[in-house]
Amino acid sequence: MEAVKIKEGIYWVGAIDWNIRNFHGYSTIRGTTYNTYLVIDEKITLFDTVKHGFEEEMLARIRSVIEPEKIDYLVVNHIEPDHAGGFLHIVKVIKPEKIFLTPNAKAGLLEYFHIQDLPFEEVKTGKEVKIGKRTIKFFETPMIHWPDSMISYLPEEKLLISQDAFGAHYATSGRFDDEVDHCELIQECAKYYANIVLPYSPQVNKLLKTVKEMNLAIDMICPDHGIIWRKNVGEIVGLYERWSSYIADQKVLIVYDTMWKSTEKMAYAILEGVVKEGIAAKLCKLSVSDLTEVMAEVMLSKGIILGSPTLNNGLLPTVAGFTAYMKGLRPRGKIGASFGSYGWSGEAVKILNEVLKDMKAEVVHEGIRCKYSPDKETLERCTELGKTVAKKVKEVLGL
Amino acid sequence: MKKYKCNICGYVYDPQAGDPSSNIPPGTPFENLPDNWTCPVCGASKEDFSPED
Repeated sequence: MEAVKIKEGIYWVGAIDWNIRNFHGYSTIRGTTYNTYLVIDEKITLFDTVKHGFEEEMLARIRSVIEPEKIDYLVVNHIEPDHAGGFLHIVKVIKPEKIFLTPNAKAGLLEYFHIQDLPFEEVKTGKEVKIGKRTIKFFETPMIHWPDSMISYLPEEKLLISQDAFGAHYATSGRFDDEVDHCELIQECAKYYANIVLPYSPQVNKLLKTVKEMNLAIDMICPDHGIIWRKNVGEIVGLYERWSSYIADQKVLIVYDTMWKSTEKMAYAILEGVVKEGIAAKLCKLSVSDLTEVMAEVMLSKGIILGSPTLNNGLLPTVAGFTAYMKGLRPRGKIGASFGSYGWSGEAVKILNEVLKDMKAEVVHEGIRCKYSPDKETLERCTELGKTVAKKVKEVLGL
Repeated sequence: MKKYKCNICGYVYDPQAGDPSSNIPPGTPFENLPDNWTCPVCGASKEDFSPED
């Protein structure tokens, strides 16, 4: 296994996890990578480590360039175990002279590994370290997406090592954005943002503004997962601006589940209403959908319509689980409504309206509750609900 | 004295406890925290906090 040269004297030395399909609940249907970067200079510097179990793959790649023991500095941009799980093992092998990290990262590593001190050197935003011809400039990025997170910028190389930002769970043999299927790549980036970065959108937005104001020249972005950006740097930064500003596409997502198909019939009638208004719509039945995939659709859709039958005075468990997950990821700027069938008490619609309000969505309909099964009139009302949401989407997006 | 919650990470500032990591003594109301005080968990600024109901 070999390193991949990404610039003169700079190498990708990470690992590819082709077969992972469940990443703490995130369905990594296309696998992932744990990217690490090696910079050969007067002080040889390694950026990040890999998930436990992938240390040898990474060391083999490093050995294709230099002996790992020659590494002087280690930079820890993020302490989550997919990047720092192999930290202790790697530190033992390379015995770095210094380990650069944020104060939060140091505290976190000590708590994770229950270790005594190592040659840690805390850095804060703006701190610069000369490693020879090159400089590393550090920026703390708290909560993008953990308290310890930071990014490293090499001005002489116009290179940003961006930790989890701009990344994707996407295993490929190509290392660069122009070597992979572009459509798949953008899908995976959206899914990654929706499921990992979305709650911290205000921070992302602030960071992007700061970077713009500082006029940093960047011609390559090296994230910790997925590919390296060299051709489409502007595109991914533009998408992060869009997603972190909660700008969504002109489409409506209907997320629901059903017990005896009554709520499902309502969902189809609502879909018809949306489509009649000329807006694209999608149905997602939660019992057969993957939460992570649905969440990507939520982020990208301006309209969100939630449906659940009432079960034991509450939501169906699939809907309850999904709404808890979705609320935690804090999508904003949505236009919403809800619906559902019931037998006797019928609380689900009220609960779903509360979910939408918690998400600060604009609820444009009081919701439709249907006893037992929908008749023609109820289905017509459902179609009207779909139309109402679609009209509002058009109005708000100025179509 | 009201508790304040960080909108970013969910940390709750409890005035009765203060914030020992920034040498804020117990009994300091949120309003009296210095303007440059930041969330001890995630580094968010004071303006990123909301009063708890």
